[in-house]
Amino acid sequence: MDLATYVLIALFAPLAGATVQIFLGRRLPRHGDWLCVGVLFVSFVASIPTFNAVWANPAFKLQILSEWLTLGSFGIPLGLQVDGLTGIMLTVVSFIAAFIHLYSVGYMHGDPRYSRYFAYLNFFTFSMLGLVLADNFFLIYVFWELVGLSSYLLIGFWFERPAAANAGKKAFIVNRVGDVGFFVGILLLWTQLGTFRFEEVFKGIAAGQMAGPLLTVTGLCVFLGAVGKSAQFPLHVWLPDAMEGPTPVSALIHAATMVAAGVYMVGRVYPVFTPDAFVVIAYVAGITAFFAGTIALTQFDIKRVIAYSTLSQLGYMMLGLATGGYVAGLFHLVTHAFFKALMFLAAGSVIHALHTQDLREMGGLRAKMPVTFWTMMAGSLALAGVPPFSGFFSKDAIIGATLGFVMAHPQHLLLALFAVGGALLTGLYAFRLMFLAFTGAPRDREKHHHAHESPPVMTVPLVVLAVFAVGAGWGGWFERLVRPPVELPHGPAGAHTLALALSLLAAGLGILLAYWTYVVGKISAGRVADRYRPVYTLLFNKYYVDELYAAGVVRPFLALTRGCAAFDLGVIDGFVNWCGRFTRGVSRVQGWIDFRIVDGAVNLVGNAIRAWGAVLRLVQTGVVQNYILVLLGGVLVILLLKVL
Amino acid sequence: MPMQNVLTWMIFAPVAGAAVVLLLPRGRDELVRWISLLATAVPLALAFWVYANFDRTSPGLQFVEHYAWIPAFNIEYFLGLDGVSAPMFLLTTLIAFLALVASWGIKEGVKGYFCLYLLLEAGMLGVFAALDFFLFFIFWEVSLLPMYFLIGIWGGPEREYAAIKFFLYTLFGSVLILLAMLALYFANEPHTFDMTKLIAANKQYGIAFQLLVFIALYIGFAIKVPVFPFHTWLPDAHVEAPTPISVILAGILLKMGPYGMLRVSWPMLPEALKVYAYPLAIFALINIVYGALVAMAQRDFKTLVAYSSISHMGFVLLGMCAIGPQGLSQAGVNGAILQMFNHGTVTAMLFLLVGVLYDRAHHRVIEDFGGLGVQMPVYAGVATVAFFAALGLPGLSSFISEALVLIGAFPAYRTLTIIAAVGIIITAGYWLWTLQRVFLGPLNPKYATLPEINGRELVTLVPLGALVLFLGVYPMPVLDLIRASADQLIALVGPLP
Repeated sequence: MDLATYVLIALFAPLAGATVQIFLGRRLPRHGDWLCVGVLFVSFVASIPTFNAVWANPAFKLQILSEWLTLGSFGIPLGLQVDGLTGIMLTVVSFIAAFIHLYSVGYMHGDPRYSRYFAYLNFFTFSMLGLVLADNFFLIYVFWELVGLSSYLLIGFWFERPAAANAGKKAFIVNRVGDVGFFVGILLLWTQLGTFRFEEVFKGIAAGQMAGPLLTVTGLCVFLGAVGKSAQFPLHVWLPDAMEGPTPVSALIHAATMVAAGVYMVGRVYPVFTPDAFVVIAYVAGITAFFAGTIALTQFDIKRVIAYSTLSQLGYMMLGLATGGYVAGLFHLVTHAFFKALMFLAAGSVIHALHTQDLREMGGLRAKMPVTFWTMMAGSLALAGVPPFSGFFSKDAIIGATLGFVMAHPQHLLLALFAVGGALLTGLYAFRLMFLAFTGAPRDREKHHHAHESPPVMTVPLVVLAVFAVGAGWGGWFERLVRPPVELPHGPAGAHTLALALSLLAAGLGILLAYWTYVVGKISAGRVADRYRPVYTLLFNKYYVDELYAAGVVRPFLALTRGCAAFDLGVIDGFVNWCGRFTRGVSRVQGWIDFRIVDGAVNLVGNAIRAWGAVLRLVQTGVVQNYILVLLGGVLVILLLKVL
Repeated sequence: MPMQNVLTWMIFAPVAGAAVVLLLPRGRDELVRWISLLATAVPLALAFWVYANFDRTSPGLQFVEHYAWIPAFNIEYFLGLDGVSAPMFLLTTLIAFLALVASWGIKEGVKGYFCLYLLLEAGMLGVFAALDFFLFFIFWEVSLLPMYFLIGIWGGPEREYAAIKFFLYTLFGSVLILLAMLALYFANEPHTFDMTKLIAANKQYGIAFQLLVFIALYIGFAIKVPVFPFHTWLPDAHVEAPTPISVILAGILLKMGPYGMLRVSWPMLPEALKVYAYPLAIFALINIVYGALVAMAQRDFKTLVAYSSISHMGFVLLGMCAIGPQGLSQAGVNGAILQMFNHGTVTAMLFLLVGVLYDRAHHRVIEDFGGLGVQMPVYAGVATVAFFAALGLPGLSSFISEALVLIGAFPAYRTLTIIAAVGIIITAGYWLWTLQRVFLGPLNPKYATLPEINGRELVTLVPLGALVLFLGVYPMPVLDLIRASADQLIALVGPLP
């Protein structure tokens, strides 16, 4: 088989699984879980030859092109492409997704919609693989939206719970806001350059067919899509709520299939962004990285802490991309995918064992759940950026790129503060979670007593992912495969050494603070919270962004819709009805006029004649004596007149 | 069956069916239904033949039938199909067949209902096939009258108000169309109603004449679409009409409006179009955004679907008006015609779905439902497909047509198109909100006994759903019909001066 066939198998195996599963899943043995897990492993295995091909030759490029929609001169092509970045994404996504599928067999056991769950999960993976492989803007948008659909279905999977139903809806609509921006960006590119294909768009931009403010605006429109999908400020609000979905779904969303899409897309269409656009992106990313970290410090829901850490890390990835760290940003995407999937699955293991998500009800789980503890520890170390764990390499590179950028443009000093400050926060919140959950005395004896390590179907994926969370940063393999598509400015020398020192210092300090606070007890978290009550309240309530949206957007908007409906009924339809009534009124008046005046006149003539006739009839008695009498009278009158 | 008269066979098979139904004795309701089904099955079967034999490379008229009818006034019996009419003509046969299956539940006045129904189908098919303006007008009116009775007799509690409103409103439009038709008739020497001749002579109509006649035609057709502010008859008519009639109304009858514009106004009065294109695009935008806003505020499921129709029909008009220095946009015109087709299938599904729920719960107040996804999973699944099609999800048919319209309109009207694109956020909002209120959340115990969707209902929905999915993945089977004629129309209208 040639490589193209393998690529198509990798892409379509999950779709085939989803299709069979949605129609026949309930009738298959074990409700079809083996099928859905199986197709994912098929997909992973089929992606290996692709990886080998790009490994052997980093400049490797495969294109699978086909016509799809053709209208004379206008056309939308169908095209898939494989290069270094795609090769990695294809393998990593199918790999992580395969283990999340496997883990779900244990986690979702006994769910009434077990078979449906696997169908959705397969479809989610298919959408993401399609997005990774797409070679034009139209197709990437199609898969982009399908990813959105899958997330909607899975976040709201337990739709009987209003919170889950709300979260799914919120995710879809917030993403749609970004998608519209993305779509407008695509329209602008198409209008200016007459093509949807990445390659031709990049060529056109390189040739200067599109430049200046228009290109900046276009780039920012495209970026808006990534703001939605990769949960950057201010469209980040859907991601923390998205943990209403089953925990393996959170793992999938946070690692491989959803939030990764935005970062991947920015990397994929990199030449579209101008330096001005990157400055905006860098600030959005920096704000996301820092402020999400501060929120994570105050949350008690274990999944929520991890969710805010994802936001923060996504900010890092974008920050890297925006400050010239092309490879660094995408590298962090991959290492993060491993350790974040791991952390969510480990958190799921804890939730599975304790039936609570509240950190305040945990504690002392280390001995009870050793596999979960040690794998989660590996994930946390990677997240905090401790060498030699994978996250260290990628995050260090991002901070290096940011410092280089700030040295070259000192007016953007704030970005460096966000980056380094965020690293400190990461160490702090990651180990706050570890210490609260796994060390110390159990805070809920009852729950602790019933806790137990998860079955192998769940722990094996943890171990496998942990291996990668530890080692994915070694060997410089990523730099070998992924090359920036444009010439990047080189930061000043020394930036990287400085970055290394600062990031190690920040991470170490963060972990140390967590240790002092939650293990040694030198610092009381409660006292700090009391001392800075307003700040704490602000953070605990996530800067009130949701409340602001509710008060500033949702409620006024709903009022507007009601106003429009009232206008429609009262004014527009009111006018129509008024026309009806007016016509009836006029016709009534006309009827009166017709009846009384026009017909009245006619009747008057008739009546007058009849009345006249009636009078005359009195004379026409037909009795001869009367006539003679009148005649006699007349003669008498004439005689009288003559005589007088 | 002589195939050179295939269009006549298709149009008059329902008429023959109506005649047979009329002759049947009382009390044979089941027989009436089956004969009616047969009468709609014949055009559907022939539609497959027409689809297979349609020459996709030719922009011209096909399956033409051309006979003298009233020679004294040069009125002809002139039928034919091209890429503009074929998709709607073929879709009419399908929707009419499926809506007839959905009419099985009509229990009162069965004979009258099916007789009128069949006449309605004949009228609609005739509108899409007629190429003589006089004949077109006659079919136009033929489709109007049965609709009046079908709403007014078999409708809901406010049926008389809705029926008379529909009738008078449309009749008002018809009068304007009639005047425009006569103006065009007398503007040609020798006088003619032949549309091909009226189009060929479009260079000789003066600009003032064009501007005036265009307005008259526009109002007549816009009422049918309906375009803001002529739309308020639609929610009333939909809410009161029985389910199958709503399906016909939204699926087919509304399309007669934009079809009339593309068949008559655009090619006969191109200079007027160039003057009016921008204002028309603004009205299209109002339809899209305002329709969505009003839809969001509705509490009645059926009214919501009706307003969503208004919103989606805005895309049709927007695509048709996308004109720039290169002339009408290829993506815009093809997208508009495809959107007519896709809206026909998607809205038909939506009204059928509302009907399924109404038959069981006997009301349509959205807030009152909840959690039906547990109680009626198959129904919820089909509804989810329809809802996502309506909100323009890629992979389902409406996305492609709406995307084509936006792509086509963008170079001509940037700001308007961006606002229209923002409208699709609102669309997503009200569909997902409705989905949530009806299907998600805890099950309302009042509805714990609602039966799942039945086989007959699935028969009406599944073919449409399959079509929506198939055309969403691969739209060329319909676009292939359209594109040659669309190109010809674009050439006829020509570029902006």
